[in-house]
Amino acid sequence: MSCCAPGTESALDLNATSALPEDELRAGSRELGDGVWQTDLSVPAVHCGACISTIEQALSKMDGVVSARVNLSTRRVAVKWQDGNAIPAFVPALANLGYPAHLFDITADGSDKEMNRLLKALAISGFAATNIMLLSVSVWSGAESATRDLFHWVSALIAIPALIWSGRIFFSSAWTALRHGRTNMDVPISIGITLAYCMSIYETIHHGEHAYFDAAVSLLFFLLIGRTLDHLMREKARVAVKGLARLAARGALVEQPDGSRSWMPVGEIMPGMHILLAAGERVPVDGKVETGSSELDCALITGESAPQTVMPCGDLRAGTLNLIAPLTMVATARADQSFLAEMIRLMEAAEGGKARYRRIADRASQLYAPVVHLTAFLSFLGWMFATGDWHRSITIAIAVLIITCPCALGLAVPIVQVVAARRLFEKGIMVKDGSAMERLAEINTVVFDKTGTLTLGKPRILATKASDSAHYLAAARLAQNSRHPLSVALLEEVGAIKLEPFTNVIEVPGFGIEGHSGPCIWRLGRRDWATSETNGTFESRGTEAVLSCDGKEITTFHFADQLRPDAYAAVAELAQNGLHPAILSGDTSRAVEQTARQLGISNWLAAMLPAEKLQKIEELSTSGTKTLMVGDGLNDAPALRAAHVSMAPATAADIGRNAADFVFLRDSLSAVPFAFDISRRAGKLIRENFAIAVIYNFLAVPLAVMGYVTPLVAALAMSGSSILVVANAMRLMRGERKKPANSTRMPVGISMEPAE
Amino acid sequence: MNTLIYLIPVALFLGGLGLGGFLWSLKSGQYDDLEGAAHRILEDDEKP
Repeated sequence: MSCCAPGTESALDLNATSALPEDELRAGSRELGDGVWQTDLSVPAVHCGACISTIEQALSKMDGVVSARVNLSTRRVAVKWQDGNAIPAFVPALANLGYPAHLFDITADGSDKEMNRLLKALAISGFAATNIMLLSVSVWSGAESATRDLFHWVSALIAIPALIWSGRIFFSSAWTALRHGRTNMDVPISIGITLAYCMSIYETIHHGEHAYFDAAVSLLFFLLIGRTLDHLMREKARVAVKGLARLAARGALVEQPDGSRSWMPVGEIMPGMHILLAAGERVPVDGKVETGSSELDCALITGESAPQTVMPCGDLRAGTLNLIAPLTMVATARADQSFLAEMIRLMEAAEGGKARYRRIADRASQLYAPVVHLTAFLSFLGWMFATGDWHRSITIAIAVLIITCPCALGLAVPIVQVVAARRLFEKGIMVKDGSAMERLAEINTVVFDKTGTLTLGKPRILATKASDSAHYLAAARLAQNSRHPLSVALLEEVGAIKLEPFTNVIEVPGFGIEGHSGPCIWRLGRRDWATSETNGTFESRGTEAVLSCDGKEITTFHFADQLRPDAYAAVAELAQNGLHPAILSGDTSRAVEQTARQLGISNWLAAMLPAEKLQKIEELSTSGTKTLMVGDGLNDAPALRAAHVSMAPATAADIGRNAADFVFLRDSLSAVPFAFDISRRAGKLIRENFAIAVIYNFLAVPLAVMGYVTPLVAALAMSGSSILVVANAMRLMRGERKKPANSTRMPVGISMEPAE
Repeated sequence: MNTLIYLIPVALFLGGLGLGGFLWSLKSGQYDDLEGAAHRILEDDEKP
């Protein structure tokens, strides 16, 4: 790496990892009592049974550690330790084992409780529903009146805990909606269930024949199944997205005026402080270079694919990655005035596509609830008018409410979205929530970011003039200690073999790498530097690195940022579906034009600042265009938030990933058309399910209004329609197997073209 | 009718036992790490 201070970088790295946790660890741990503390660490690298035993055995042997338990599903380790003089060094120990650990954010972890609450409610309502149904069957098959009364009383008793525990979820949601002057699906559900229960109690007291305990409780049970599945889907996506490693710097090594060094969290760094930035670290706050020179990877910040060279006095933006050599920098802004914070402010100001959208189920219930309540009320008035028997009129009105109670409607949306989310999950696509799929089905424009989204953001070797493997090896020997993207690409090409390094290797920022082998000096880097040709006439085509020995060129390696696999096919498929693709990039117009031409996208804008991207997206949305934004960088985050719906690759910056509705984990860009396709088909199935529910109501409501609906009829009708709706949703699984065959056949041949 | 007097409580008690068992397993964290449990069963116990 660097010749002037050998070993500095590694020392810095070590300091950074061991200095980081001591205070932060304690703040992130909780005391269990008796001086025992528990720390939850996120360990993304855990993936198999062997990892579990390695970690648990190593950690439990450490002094002060009481126990360690790995949770493979959430990729976490819970370490319990005895508070002695110091916190046991389990974080460095984990890093030594090859499992870098991050402190888990306890505050953001409230969702597991919700899952437990739903499961508990589901279990209780399931227990009640099955038992009451058993009793009801014997009532329906003609129990004598004394037995029937007994069974009704037992049913009423069993239903109470179910209503209290399981019904609470619907009651509280309905109450919140009503208090804000809105209605949602839970309002008619709550009213229906409560009235059914009250009427059944009245019937039971007066030795009536019909009680609807079974209807009320099985309704709860069915609806809770939908609710739980919905939650499960979101939780799975949340955990998967969270497990990805953090990108943002959380602290930095600060040099104090007296020369001592200490690690400080980002929030405490003030302008004027001197920061030591090792190679491979991200710049914590905006600043200027003091000493040293290096190259920076700005892809996540500006979208530029080529690394930028920085010299003393050069500007550093928070979030960029220092690639080559250690730097010392002076902070010029606090963290909350740095680039990252500016992005967060832009994001907060942008009115999210999410906020404007009302979910299909809510829109349906807005129509549905008044109609249902009006029908029930009218049938009450009608019967009152015709017979004057108020008891009978109320019974019939409540029967109307029960039969129309949106069992099928309540399941219609979540069941389809759960099945769809599972399909997407299998393809490595995470969905944050169901409304994202509804919004994705509506889009008509797809806006891509370039670097890191359409391309992989990593250079690859194109072709060399002389494809001699000896040259590759020589270049790789020079490159093996460098973190420069071109060096990494070279090493990837050569593969994992042990290489004997050159001696006296120097990396010169902005130029290349130099090394000695016997009497010869080898260089790998810019043409004029490597070959000491001083004529500046050579026009560089793309990115290249020249390998030279004693100033004589040996070979030239050409690099280009690679398109994501299937990028061409994905864009073509989107266009085929009637969507307009576009590119908004922060990169230079030459680079963007080239990519746009390769992909056949005519609509592109280059050199866009983050605020300009945001403005463009907002312009589109005010003109009525529904936009899907696909992007990965920090500079895309405000646009991701403002778009109607957004998608990000897993390699995206934290903040972008959090802003996006979909996150795809695999390299291939075919995730975009696939997610669109699934969402559109899910939308179609949802509409079909609504149609089924409406037809069912058309058949059942007249019966109820006429007074023919007994509890038996209600039970049959409700479960019948629910089963129909669930079966319809399952078609999303089955239809998929046929589909890929005809969708992949076409693009494969074409996608070869742009790769050349 | 007489048989029902004790059969129903017995049935409900048994059902309630099952429900209680499920709620207990939920509370004691049996479902926290389903994936990990599948792997742990293949690991040999440490020798005491």
